[in-house]
Amino acid sequence: MALTNEQIDRYSRQIILPNVGGKGQDKILKSKVLVIGTGGLGAPCSFYLAAAGVGKIGLVDSDKVELNNLQRQIVHTTLDVGIPKVESGKKRLNALNPDTEVVTYNLRLDSGNILDVIKDYDIVVDGSDNFPTRYLVNDACVIAKKPLVHAGIFRYDGQIMTILPGKGPCYRCLFPEPPPAGAVPSCQEGGILGAVAGVLGVLQANEALKFILQSGELLSGRLLIFNASDASFRTVKVPKDKDCPVCSEHPTVTKLIDYQEFCSLKQNKDCSIK
Amino acid sequence: MMAKVKVRIPAPLQKITQNKQEVIAEAKNIKELILDLEKQFPGMKDRLLDESGKIRRFINFYVNDEDIRFLKQDETQLVEGSEVSIIPAIAGGLK
Ligand SMILES: [Zn+2]
Repeated sequence: MALTNEQIDRYSRQIILPNVGGKGQDKILKSKVLVIGTGGLGAPCSFYLAAAGVGKIGLVDSDKVELNNLQRQIVHTTLDVGIPKVESGKKRLNALNPDTEVVTYNLRLDSGNILDVIKDYDIVVDGSDNFPTRYLVNDACVIAKKPLVHAGIFRYDGQIMTILPGKGPCYRCLFPEPPPAGAVPSCQEGGILGAVAGVLGVLQANEALKFILQSGELLSGRLLIFNASDASFRTVKVPKDKDCPVCSEHPTVTKLIDYQEFCSLKQNKDCSIK
Repeated sequence: MMAKVKVRIPAPLQKITQNKQEVIAEAKNIKELILDLEKQFPGMKDRLLDESGKIRRFINFYVNDEDIRFLKQDETQLVEGSEVSIIPAIAGGLK
């Protein structure tokens, strides 16, 4: 497909890059990325993906915009408080770039719907805020062989890794099982600096774009760790685990698990009193 | 032989280390390192090990950039200057 004059102008600063060019821009315009969560990670990630001209972005979130989200979830504005996050996100991405088709999924992912939601996309970005969804997304992507960009944030720390099912390790190769409710950082003493979420969300967009452009080295087989207090980035090796519960040759997880029932049952008891 | 090593403490455990991100421990392997951390920072062991004394499945130990699960688990040797990182699974931000 030929780029219009307006597109050539809009994307000129990336078209001139050695690994992009008109061909690369065409790949971006034809790409489809699913962004799970329109929060601290999903907001900056989807913003940059739309800016770059990703052809179709799916936004998945079941929450409504709250005032306390705005400190970091930059696709939402003060006027959006109270409306579904995916609607607010769609509005902003459409305003930024009419080339991008935005599809909204105002739902919570579970074992019954996830395979259907991810199937139309080239790559999945996980910006969810809880372990049940993270393990569900990992397992579904392994089963459906969808590339996945995982990231997590907590206080001043961030982690990111790209999962290429069939080729590299998955999230369970790194952490075989989710923490039990109550032991998890996400529901204890929380807190996050908006800029930390921004750094990780933009790194996720960067991974998705490299995947689309088939250029550079993806974070496959290594976990990148960002520490905001000392402004350091480190990587550690993530080997494929031959005993991985989901991606090994003898998996113990053979169907999708809805961990949230267990977690929400225990949540009040274990977490809120901390 | 005992080795003096630097240990990176992840955010969720920094309450126990009085907000220190990095501490020094002396040990010849990871098992001893956990005991030394417990001595210096009581409460640490319970956060790192389960009831049976195994490292929890959502916490990894790295010596330099290698995951000890793929080395010799908690028998993985430490040498002077090794850098140990404790890295737990973290979820998202807040709702
Ligand atoms: Zn795996």
